[in-house]
Amino acid sequence: MADALTAAYALRLGDDALILSHRLSEWVGHGPELEEDIALANTALDLLGQARLLLACAGAREGRGRDEDALAYGRDVLDFSNLLLVEQPNGDFAQTMVRQFLFDAYAVELWPRLSASRDEALAGIAGKAAREAAYHVEQSAAWVVRMGDGTEESHARAQAGLDLLWPYAGEIFEADEVETTLAEKGIAVAPSVLREHWQARVEPVLEEAGLVPPEGTGVRKGGRQGRHSEHLGHLLAEFQFMQRAYPGAEW
Amino acid sequence: MVSRAEEARRLAEAVPDPEIPVLTAGDLGLVRVVEEDGGRLVVRLTPTYSGCPASEAIRRDVEAALASGGFTDAIVETSLAPAWTTDWMSEAGKTKLAAYGIAPPVRGPVSCPHCGSAAVEELSRFGSTPCKALWRCLGCREPFERFKCL
Repeated sequence: MADALTAAYALRLGDDALILSHRLSEWVGHGPELEEDIALANTALDLLGQARLLLACAGAREGRGRDEDALAYGRDVLDFSNLLLVEQPNGDFAQTMVRQFLFDAYAVELWPRLSASRDEALAGIAGKAAREAAYHVEQSAAWVVRMGDGTEESHARAQAGLDLLWPYAGEIFEADEVETTLAEKGIAVAPSVLREHWQARVEPVLEEAGLVPPEGTGVRKGGRQGRHSEHLGHLLAEFQFMQRAYPGAEW
Repeated sequence: MVSRAEEARRLAEAVPDPEIPVLTAGDLGLVRVVEEDGGRLVVRLTPTYSGCPASEAIRRDVEAALASGGFTDAIVETSLAPAWTTDWMSEAGKTKLAAYGIAPPVRGPVSCPHCGSAAVEELSRFGSTPCKALWRCLGCREPFERFKCL
């Protein structure tokens, strides 16, 4: 039972990294300037690396012989357990960086804590991811400030991105029996623990940026349980096309 | 008399990085463990960045180097913990990196690998590989890459 739960937990974290990585990779060749194109691609690559490790871990714990490729390419929308936040479309650069910042501020608080997990494999992955996330959040926070505190146009775009994405951030702190049971065993980090640390990172950046979170929006959730927005299906149609059309193809 | 493990470590550590060929796996501090386990040789490598394609290539190259040195049954494994840090890069590696035109991952002020000037600025926090950032020198006006501290 513990293994099925650990598999589900690793899959959730792996799906977050995988789907966000794919979203960022959609920017390659379209970045607003060369340096940012490279930055987005590098961040996508780090997340893809994290996703591979986490999905491989999930597959091993699941014990059904599925490797990271089988899990990435062989599941349908309902089987993905990523946060709704990471599957939301890129929109403009401001929207992408707001999404990235809301996620990075969570990742940078999650990974150092998970590196103390009693599950050695998860702890090892988390220890690596922690260093990468620290670098990512500096970049996304800097852009949120630069755009929020920039021109009238950039401010309006960043605020629109925040208005759109803020309701999805609440799902980060939701827990069901997967996180709750594993947190009691010292394997997972209870998402509720992260909320105040996430706020302590997000609020000063938004304040410096002159951006205001919308009020009374509620929480958009369901991704962890496989209830996704319409966007994930379209993303997977592109992401999985090659393996669906030519199963098992290698090159 | 050199032991089997010492000889295998020498072979593994001599494997060059595919992206930055002046550095070897040894310079980068990637070879964590070389030991005999029940008559079979086990080599544990640590990856640098989670998604760096060079890690995969280095693992294959280490296997090939060991095989060509007679260690055909060697097992090359990846170990994630403790996580790799640029603090494990050797001093010789840092010197070679600077001579190659890449500012080494030294914590503290960055200087230009071409002219040594301390008047430098960061252009982009990311670069052509996950491990590097783009900088330029205000002294000699040359752009250069910096190996990021991780």
